[in-house]
Amino acid sequence: MKTIPDLVEHALELIRLTSTKLPDDIVSALKSGRKKETTGSAAEATLVTIETNIEMASEMSTPICQDTGTPLFYVKHPWDYPTRMMREAFTSAVQIATEKNYLRPNAVDSVTGKNSGDNTGDHFPAIYFDQWDRDDEIEVRLMLKGGGSENQGAQYSLPYGPLDAGRDMDGVRKVILDQVVNAQGQGCGPAVLGVCIGGDRASGYALAKKQSIRPLEDVNPDPVLADLEKEITEKGNHLGIGPMGFGGETTLLGTKITKAHRVPASFFVSIIYMCWAARQKTMTFKNGEVSYD
Amino acid sequence: MTELRTPISEEAIRALKVGDIVSINGTAVTARDAAHKYMVESWIESEPSGEDKELRTTLKPILSGGIIYHCGPVVNQDESGKWHFIAAGPTTSSREEPYEHKVIKAFGVRAVIGKGGMGDKTLAACGEFGAVYLHAVGGAATLIAQNVEEVEAVYKTEFGLPEAFWQIRVKDFQCVVTMDSHGGSLHKDVLSQSRGKYNEMFGG
Ligand code: SF4
Repeated sequence: MKTIPDLVEHALELIRLTSTKLPDDIVSALKSGRKKETTGSAAEATLVTIETNIEMASEMSTPICQDTGTPLFYVKHPWDYPTRMMREAFTSAVQIATEKNYLRPNAVDSVTGKNSGDNTGDHFPAIYFDQWDRDDEIEVRLMLKGGGSENQGAQYSLPYGPLDAGRDMDGVRKVILDQVVNAQGQGCGPAVLGVCIGGDRASGYALAKKQSIRPLEDVNPDPVLADLEKEITEKGNHLGIGPMGFGGETTLLGTKITKAHRVPASFFVSIIYMCWAARQKTMTFKNGEVSYD
Repeated sequence: MTELRTPISEEAIRALKVGDIVSINGTAVTARDAAHKYMVESWIESEPSGEDKELRTTLKPILSGGIIYHCGPVVNQDESGKWHFIAAGPTTSSREEPYEHKVIKAFGVRAVIGKGGMGDKTLAACGEFGAVYLHAVGGAATLIAQNVEEVEAVYKTEFGLPEAFWQIRVKDFQCVVTMDSHGGSLHKDVLSQSRGKYNEMFGG
C-alpha cells in the first residue's frame, strides 16, 4: 500500500502555517487597498491594524484570528491512492494542532451543545477527496473558515422578487451585490467572494466555497465569468462600505465565480463570503518531497 | 486620534462623534453572553448577597466610568500563576443588545467595545447616560493581545475561560467610534449610503 512517511507531522505544519500566515496575494491586496483609503480615515487605520496584526502573528507564530474556524481539507490524489489513512492523519494533526494552540477548540455537537475540545466530531474536520490524473503527486489545500464570515454566505433562488432579480445575468449581479450590502459590518471585510451560478442547493455552496480559495491573481478561463468577476469587485468597492463597514474604498479584495448546469425549474446563486483573514495554504507531495505554498 | 483614559468623564464622551479614532489606556473588563446575563439577573434585577454581592462591590468602581469589552480571549497561565492574553479580538456585540442598556444605566459604563455594532436600545442608553460604542478591528487578535499590558484579575472562571470577567490594563488600544452619545450610528449611515448606491446601480 502507498504511504507518505510522517504525514501527520507534515499536516501539522500545514495547519500551523495556515493559521499563522496569510497568503501573499491577500496581504498585497490589503496593502493596495490601504493606499486607496483617505489618509487619517477609519478605513485606513483599520487596514494598518490588520497588516500589523498579520505581521505579528507570523513572527510570533500565533493565530492570525482567534476564530480558527472550520478546517477544510481539499485533497487531490492519484487514482490508486488510499484515502482512509489520509483522513486519519489529518484528523490526528488537527487534534495535535489544537493542543498546541494553532487552532481553538471549535467543534460543537449540534444537538447537545458540547464542545469536543479537540476540533473533531461528526463531519469535522471537513475533508474532500478528488482524484486527478497525475501519478505521483498529492496536493492538499487547507482552508480555515471563520464562523463570522461563514454566517455571511447566502443562497438566492431566482427569480427573487424583493430585488426584482430575474433569471439572467442582471439578476445574478443584483443578488451578489445585495449580499455585499447585507454583510456589511459583519464577517470582517474586506472580503473575497466565492460564487456559483446554478447547480443544486448543495453543489452550489460547495462549488462557491472552492472558488473562494482560488488565488486572487488567477484569471477565470471563461471570459464571460472573468469579466463578471472584475465587474462585481469594482461595483462592490463602489458601494463605499469599506473595511469592517466603516465606510471606504476597500470592500472586496476579489470575486471568484464558477457556473454549474441547473435543472430548468431552479436557478440558484450561491455566495460564500471570506473575511480578510482568508487563511489557506497548499502542501504538495511530489517525488518523495513535501513543499508548502 | 483622541486618547481615552479610564475613568472616563462624561465630557470626554460627549466630545466624541462617529468616525473618530480613539486610543484607549486604562482598565477594561471583558464580558460576553454569560457575564452579561449574570450582571443583569444577579446584580441589577435582584439584590445580590454573599459572593455575588462581593463581586459587584469589587467591579462597580471599575465599571463606573469604565469600559466593557466584548471578547472571549485565548489565555495562558505561566508558572507563577499569572495570566496572559494570547489572542483577544472582539466578538459580535449584537448578542448583548438585550442586556447592555441596563448595564450602562446601572453602572455608568462609558464605553462598550466590540464588533458589528449594537441596536437602538444601546444607542438610546449611549445618549441618555453618556456612553459610546467603540468598534475594534475584527480578527486583529494577536495585535490586541499585545495591547493588553497586564491581566489584573479574573472573576467567574466557572463560566468558562472565554466567558469570564477579565479585568485587564490596556495600552494604546485603537478603536473607531461607531455609535456616539448624540444618536449617531456609523452603521446606519454606511448602510443607508451603500443601499443608496446599490439602488443607483440598478436604477431602483
Ligand atoms: S470573520 Fe474572519 S476575521 Fe472576523 S472574527 Fe471571524 S475568522 Fe476572524
